[in-house]
Amino acid sequence: MSATPPLPRWADLVLLPLINLAAALFVCGVIVWFIGENPFDALAVMFKGAFYLFPDSLGYTLYYTTNFIFTGLAVGIAFHAMMFNIGGEGQAYVAGLGAAAAGLVVAPYVPAIVAIPISVATAALFGAAWAFIPGYLQAKRDSHIVITTIMFNFLATALMVWLLAGPMIQPGQQSPQSSLIAASAFLPTMKDMLALVGIEIAASPLNLAFIIALLAMLVYYILVWKTRLGYEIRAVGKSQEAAKYAGINVPRVIIITLAISGAFAGLLATNEILGVNHRAVLNFTAGYGFTGIAVALMGRNHPIGIFLAALLFGALIQGGSELDFEFKTITREMVLLIQGMIILFSGALAYMFNPPLARFLARVLPGKGGNDD
Amino acid sequence: MSAATQNPTSGQNAARIALELKDVSKSFGLVRANRDINLKIEKGTIHGIIGENGAGKSTLMNILYGLHRADAGQMYVNEAEVSIRSSADAISQGIGMVHQHFMLVNMFSVLENVMLGSEGGSLLKDGKKATLKTLQHLADNYGMTVDPYALISDLNVGMRQRVEIIKALKGGADILILDEPTGVLTPQETKQLFEILNVLREDGVTILLITHKLAEIMEITDNVSIMRAGQMVGHRHTADTNPQELAELMVGRKVLLSVDKGAAKPGEVLLKVNNLEIYHERGHKELDDVSFEVRGGEIFGIAGVSGNGQTPLMEILAGMRVPSAGSFEVLGATVSKGTPKGPKEMRNMGVGHIPEDRHVHGLILDFEARENMILGFQDADVAGADFLFDSASITQHCQEQMDHYDVRPANPFLHAHSFSGGNQQKIVIAREMYEKPRVLIVGQPTRGVDVGAIEFIHKQLIALRDAGCAIVLVSVELEEVMGLADRIMVMNDGQKVGIVDAKDADTNTLGLMMAGLTSGEAA
Repeated sequence: MSATPPLPRWADLVLLPLINLAAALFVCGVIVWFIGENPFDALAVMFKGAFYLFPDSLGYTLYYTTNFIFTGLAVGIAFHAMMFNIGGEGQAYVAGLGAAAAGLVVAPYVPAIVAIPISVATAALFGAAWAFIPGYLQAKRDSHIVITTIMFNFLATALMVWLLAGPMIQPGQQSPQSSLIAASAFLPTMKDMLALVGIEIAASPLNLAFIIALLAMLVYYILVWKTRLGYEIRAVGKSQEAAKYAGINVPRVIIITLAISGAFAGLLATNEILGVNHRAVLNFTAGYGFTGIAVALMGRNHPIGIFLAALLFGALIQGGSELDFEFKTITREMVLLIQGMIILFSGALAYMFNPPLARFLARVLPGKGGNDD
Repeated sequence: MSAATQNPTSGQNAARIALELKDVSKSFGLVRANRDINLKIEKGTIHGIIGENGAGKSTLMNILYGLHRADAGQMYVNEAEVSIRSSADAISQGIGMVHQHFMLVNMFSVLENVMLGSEGGSLLKDGKKATLKTLQHLADNYGMTVDPYALISDLNVGMRQRVEIIKALKGGADILILDEPTGVLTPQETKQLFEILNVLREDGVTILLITHKLAEIMEITDNVSIMRAGQMVGHRHTADTNPQELAELMVGRKVLLSVDKGAAKPGEVLLKVNNLEIYHERGHKELDDVSFEVRGGEIFGIAGVSGNGQTPLMEILAGMRVPSAGSFEVLGATVSKGTPKGPKEMRNMGVGHIPEDRHVHGLILDFEARENMILGFQDADVAGADFLFDSASITQHCQEQMDHYDVRPANPFLHAHSFSGGNQQKIVIAREMYEKPRVLIVGQPTRGVDVGAIEFIHKQLIALRDAGCAIVLVSVELEEVMGLADRIMVMNDGQKVGIVDAKDADTNTLGLMMAGLTSGEAA
């Protein structure tokens, strides 16, 4: 009967994600307490481990964060068009092929100033192409995007295994990986870049891709809220009927949105392939594509929110491994459980606390005359 | 209140009452869908409930069938008070319902669908046998033949509906509710349906027929109750009434809104519609051979009970749907199946469109007012000269329009859903009038709009007419069409019944024409 009162915007954007996070940490704390450790000690170790326990702690955290930013943006942009892109994993994987191909074929003949942009662009392009097909199938053939993007994850895996164990395998090697790409396509590490301006930091995998991720956030923001295309994407997402009335070509917008989403996911390959591995390897996507869904949900599809959520998940990986070292009883599986809890509470159950919180706030806050329609 | 009391003659022959409602009310939030409904239905009759879309008919039926619960009031079945809390309760009281939208499993056979809910144990054999027997019985007695092994997806709409009726009857229903049963049927299928209903009536089944089609009421019902805006506004013996009276009751006589306008000065023909036709995706014709001309400087009204082809006509003229046959010429361009034009092209040519449902088409409720103010004009310069939007210009444009059209509150950053109906409509109208359209398609311009805003909107339309715009106005408010339009076309069942000059029109003639009778027959 009584409908849920609307949640104030600030509560939806800030309070609700924090409550979700607190709930997840509480459940984890109880579990940690059950296995005989002090939950507060564990939390402290995780925090220190993620940010300042060792000189390279923060570098590692931000390196993981980079991946989550890319996949979070990918899921987020598709959400704006009400499309559920679950294929970030596959799109990033195929983008790795693009990055490696550019690094192997083009980069040997050009300097870094040319090789890096081309390799980055190729990665984005391959990711976009891999998302374009499900986008096309959704827009023109009504094939559900959730199903097709999942399928395309499997296709990407099969394709990459075949390529890396077959045509692309490094000559004379048994392990399924490509040859090293040309050094001109290596993304410079943060340590090297900061050294140029005289700042000394510890070595870590953190590289130029982090800067690319920050730029991607800016592009995302401008695209969604400041451009015609972004307007059309949001119109399609909010009301396809009204979009049609407005003369917006709905199938076209869906296809373009998915391609952009794939491009964001594809940029993950710049961090992993161009920045760290320097060759195409198996399974470098490591689930980042899927966690991107939780990142986007938690970040409310806004770049700032996505950044904060990505930072959280990055810190969880880095701080989690520290937890594994410090406590005998807390194993790697335990760390996975904590990550799972956070995904559960801020992803799957993201709106669980919405109704009670809304009712509570409606009672506590002075009546501001709800919507009058 | 007096109109809502039952016709006293019905009690005299001591007919038993199959179903009775007393003071039933139901609200959804602030919307009072049903108000103090009183209704008596005699056993073994076909009772029509007629009213426009949104009059509350479906809500009432859903209360009867236990899908909604009334906020207040009593219900009696066979003169005993009952409380129906679920459809299972309704079925156990002998009430069956055939929904407007079929509730069938398409990939199941007829037999499996009919059996659904009464499979009779974990092995299907017995249930199948019993169901087959029931099917045979219904076929023998009521002529409802249907192949038990046919897949639903292979059946046409009429047959699917027959399966729905069988489903309702096999549970032993002796009160059958049919919600808009003919909406999707061809005339032949409708005829077959009515034959079956007649047989059922002779067998003592009480039938409630919900419809907004007057002809059907006249053809098949014994009694009819008329609903308007959530209330019962009259009960009649079908034999004692006529379509015109029913149409008046349905649409309602309102205080004639005096629209202050001078004589039209029609210019050249800006819109010429030639034999337009369109089919519904289910296969029946929604628009059938409609032709007319509209000149600049006149308002061409389209009257009719809603759902008689006005919506597809407007959508075709606005470029949102492509006609199956026929064409129209607008501002020098010809649009047909072979040469379609989308909404954007129509808008660029100077065709404005105020859609009849502002919540579905006219606005994006989750968008800010300023974003809605450029909906459809997102490519125009006002939104920014290049790829990037000019946020300041968009805000300023919205502010100006809001001030000019007196939208309250005049805050461009407020989301569309925070405005009242009248102010939402003003946003749509401001937007569509800004580019000074030469042809304007207007649907239900004052639906759900308060009186003050109605007058304002009417003035705007007249001003646009006087500036030389050709306006096509669709409204289910007969008074609105009569007050605003210079010429009136009446539609019925997707067809043009006729065109009359507004100054010669009166509710009598229009009412008859809305019921499908041409003015010649009416005389």
